[in-house]
Amino acid sequence: MCQVGEEFGEPAPEELPPPRSGRELKCMKCKDVLPVVVIRAGDAFCRDCFKVFYVHKFRAVLGKNRLIFPGEKVLLAWSGGPSSSSMVWQVLEGLSRDSAKRLRFVPGVVYIDEGAVCGQSPEDRAKTLAEVKLILQTVGFPWHIVALEEVFSLPPSVLRYFAQEPVGTKGAYKVAVDSFLQQQHAPAQGEEQQSQPGTQDPQSPAGPPTAAQTEALSRLFNSVKTLTAKEELLQTLRSPALLCRTHLILHVARTHGYSKVMTGDSCTRLAIKLMTSLALGRGAFLAWDTGFSDERHGDVVVVRPMRDHTLKEVAFYNRLFGVPSVFTPAIDTKASEKASIHRLMEAFMLRLQAQFPSTVSTVYRTSEKLVKAPRDSGAAGPQGPRCLLCMCTLDIDTADSATAFGAQTSHLSQMQPPTPPAETPTVPCCSAGVGRAQSCCQGAGPCGRKDPRGHVIEQLCYGCRVNMKDLPSLDPLPPYILAEAQLRSQRAWVSQEIQEYLIEDSDDEVHTSES
Amino acid sequence: MAAPLSVEVEFGGGAELLFDGVKKHQVTLPGQEEPWDIRNLLVWIKKNLLKERPELFIQGDSVRPGILVLINDADWELLGELDYQLQDQDSVLFISTLHGG
Repeated sequence: MCQVGEEFGEPAPEELPPPRSGRELKCMKCKDVLPVVVIRAGDAFCRDCFKVFYVHKFRAVLGKNRLIFPGEKVLLAWSGGPSSSSMVWQVLEGLSRDSAKRLRFVPGVVYIDEGAVCGQSPEDRAKTLAEVKLILQTVGFPWHIVALEEVFSLPPSVLRYFAQEPVGTKGAYKVAVDSFLQQQHAPAQGEEQQSQPGTQDPQSPAGPPTAAQTEALSRLFNSVKTLTAKEELLQTLRSPALLCRTHLILHVARTHGYSKVMTGDSCTRLAIKLMTSLALGRGAFLAWDTGFSDERHGDVVVVRPMRDHTLKEVAFYNRLFGVPSVFTPAIDTKASEKASIHRLMEAFMLRLQAQFPSTVSTVYRTSEKLVKAPRDSGAAGPQGPRCLLCMCTLDIDTADSATAFGAQTSHLSQMQPPTPPAETPTVPCCSAGVGRAQSCCQGAGPCGRKDPRGHVIEQLCYGCRVNMKDLPSLDPLPPYILAEAQLRSQRAWVSQEIQEYLIEDSDDEVHTSES
Repeated sequence: MAAPLSVEVEFGGGAELLFDGVKKHQVTLPGQEEPWDIRNLLVWIKKNLLKERPELFIQGDSVRPGILVLINDADWELLGELDYQLQDQDSVLFISTLHGG
């Protein structure tokens, strides 16, 4: 794999037969019809066999993992792009099947309008939205359209972990299926679920976001220095947008009682994401970031049912079977290959893939084998500290500062502007000096740290810390992040304060019961 | 000497942004000495249709990895890729699968 250009001077010494012989090839499945698409090296499929293959793969992923229970509310995160569109269509088709093979969950669709950060004019945004609504009406699931600007009105509770009683054992799944089937025998039960009209949910404001919010959002994005950090921020909001996006989707899911969120990450995209995450210092969370299911939020589980489909398959399927999608320019549209780590990694993977057709599948198979919960083994302790932004269990170990990693992270947290000179960072400002009302005390809470940046950074995982270096000021961050940061550090401070009054034993008990 | 060909060239998945946002182009390829294949077509596209940033569409003498090519709705890998000889009234579709198009 590493020997590009060593023995192979000519590009891709394909084992494919010489040019044009393709025409004589038959579909490898039915051996009858002319093929239209090559999946993997040399496997040519005709239109019909390709469809069967594609649909089967989607259902197989869901069936194999047995995570989605019958009757469960599932939120489909739809970006308008090819993969998530294909996913919505698969669900639509799966629900219309006849009884035995029907998918049995109750879907809803969420669309996040990111026009503000992609430099779309209000007219373009309106046009895109109209297209989006048209498709959503055709699909007919209940839907929620949320503008990215709404991150500014999210509650801090989005950032909290809500434990959920462990489910998902085989027995539990079977019981659920059985009881669901029984319910269905009761008249009209099944019908009712279907009959929900696909209307805009009344709670989410249908009106366009206010200009002030749009401005606040662009201020946040413009203050981010690198495209890499922007893409990460978008990711979570979706990283601010990804960061923002995830938080928003999570919020919609929680307020409307969805317990699963489906995203359309394809296998190609996940392979690229895996390599990108490594480069971004998120190695500890690879299993969450790229696995089939992602339980980091506790009560809402993110699943990735498209993770067995390559982008090529998705593009062909959408083309051949007329799956509509909406193209919206993203932040990185027309960006050059070296604009961000994401783009660079994408170009690297795809170029390697062009010469070595199993590159993506090799990387992706690796991601399947990764195991979650690196730190607190077993029940990913809901009590353990979690990253404020990506909500993964913190991979920062301050006690471990002898290692290079520890040195680097402690360096990072010390790097914060040492505003008040003679003050140890652990002392809350209100007790330190009343005259210094300047920073946090005037704001949200009574007892924050003198240096708000410090206490936010402290609550981040390694990857997010590195990312935050590209955000010179925290002020433009949406309030819910800052509020939750404040709350958490207060709580930490209080528990430190009362530490000496606690009876040691109880502390131990907590630990043992956790493990 | 190959006769002039009338071919439909289409772009999708974001690739159309490099072509002024126009998806479908009905083009006439002039007659020339050697037969028209995809390799020549790409050169012609670069010269005549591509509006900006050629490196985002073409790399070397082929398309950038991540851009799929369909000839008459079939995978070009089945048809000899760059060596496919265009016929009159063929349609060639380029779909970008790259992030953000």
